[in-house]
Amino acid sequence: MEKAAAALGAACEVRPGMRRLLLTSLFLGAIFVAGVPVAFAVESLVNKKAPEFARRDLSGTSLDLRSFRGKVVLLNFWATWCAPCKLEMPVFTAWQRHYGPQGLQIIGISMDDGPEGVRSLVAKLKLNYPVVMGDARLGERYGGVLGLPMTYLIDRNGVVRAQFQGETDLNTMEKELKLFLVRR
Amino acid sequence: MIFGVLGRAGPISVLALLLAACLQMHAQGPFSAPSENSAFSIPQAQLIQPEELNRLLHTGGGEKPLVLQVGSRVLFAQAHIAGAEYCGPGSQAEGLQQLQNRVAPLSRTTFIVIYCGCCPWNRCPNAGPAFRLLHGLGFTRLKVLYLADNFGTGWVDKGYPVERSK
Repeated sequence: MEKAAAALGAACEVRPGMRRLLLTSLFLGAIFVAGVPVAFAVESLVNKKAPEFARRDLSGTSLDLRSFRGKVVLLNFWATWCAPCKLEMPVFTAWQRHYGPQGLQIIGISMDDGPEGVRSLVAKLKLNYPVVMGDARLGERYGGVLGLPMTYLIDRNGVVRAQFQGETDLNTMEKELKLFLVRR
Repeated sequence: MIFGVLGRAGPISVLALLLAACLQMHAQGPFSAPSENSAFSIPQAQLIQPEELNRLLHTGGGEKPLVLQVGSRVLFAQAHIAGAEYCGPGSQAEGLQQLQNRVAPLSRTTFIVIYCGCCPWNRCPNAGPAFRLLHGLGFTRLKVLYLADNFGTGWVDKGYPVERSK
């Protein structure tokens, strides 16, 4: 690989200082292509800007996270096969009804493989907030959604303020939520 | 009054029932009871801890198990145990069929580790049915990776090697 970097460097007249960078890039590229085991970089999103995304929800309406700036957003990653997720969602529906007028917007992101079962569960639970289909790419942008449920609390400025993973105490989540609803 | 109706054994029976109910609630968390398909139903002796599996996979010499993920494809695509294969969700008939097809040509003495990690252990809908299928097929060297909360905290956060799907 060193030879390859040197050859490429020579061919492109790369300055010597750039050679290390080139070598590192080639190494990382090789890892990506070959699928060599790597440690997954886990970085907390708390106090960072929430990664933006735009998708169509289950009803076909376009949903852009940026358009919710000014609201407190509860971004909930879930799936139809996830038992604790299904226990949370009726509570989220009640919160959307109760806190919606104060500026809460809940958004569901289904991590199911396809939308078929998702549509029927959304109808069965009578969810009153939008649901979009997620995928591995979106999961990675949120630091790797490697277990469900996973919920992010995003403040009115689009900054992630809390992350709730797994079977969460919903009273704690509600308290945090209320704190950010009163802040303008 | 109740104790009087139940007789002398009444108080003890009522206390025993209350204690059993409390223990059950403690074991299962604050929500409703997990289904019989949950990973909770897998015998303790069949479990393997993340530390042990990582050691098996990354120390030379010993036999390395075939590692099969029996949960979500979307989660698998983000990160999975290096070298693991995706075999479909154990909670669905298609997933179990995929798993059955994968193991059909294998010797029943093949060392297999299955894992999911989609949800907290006692809520996982996939590992239990997948385990029962393989056990029923006669695999004798079968382990299930114990991931208490999920794959993220149980494996990835510990810095054990993972791959992403290409």
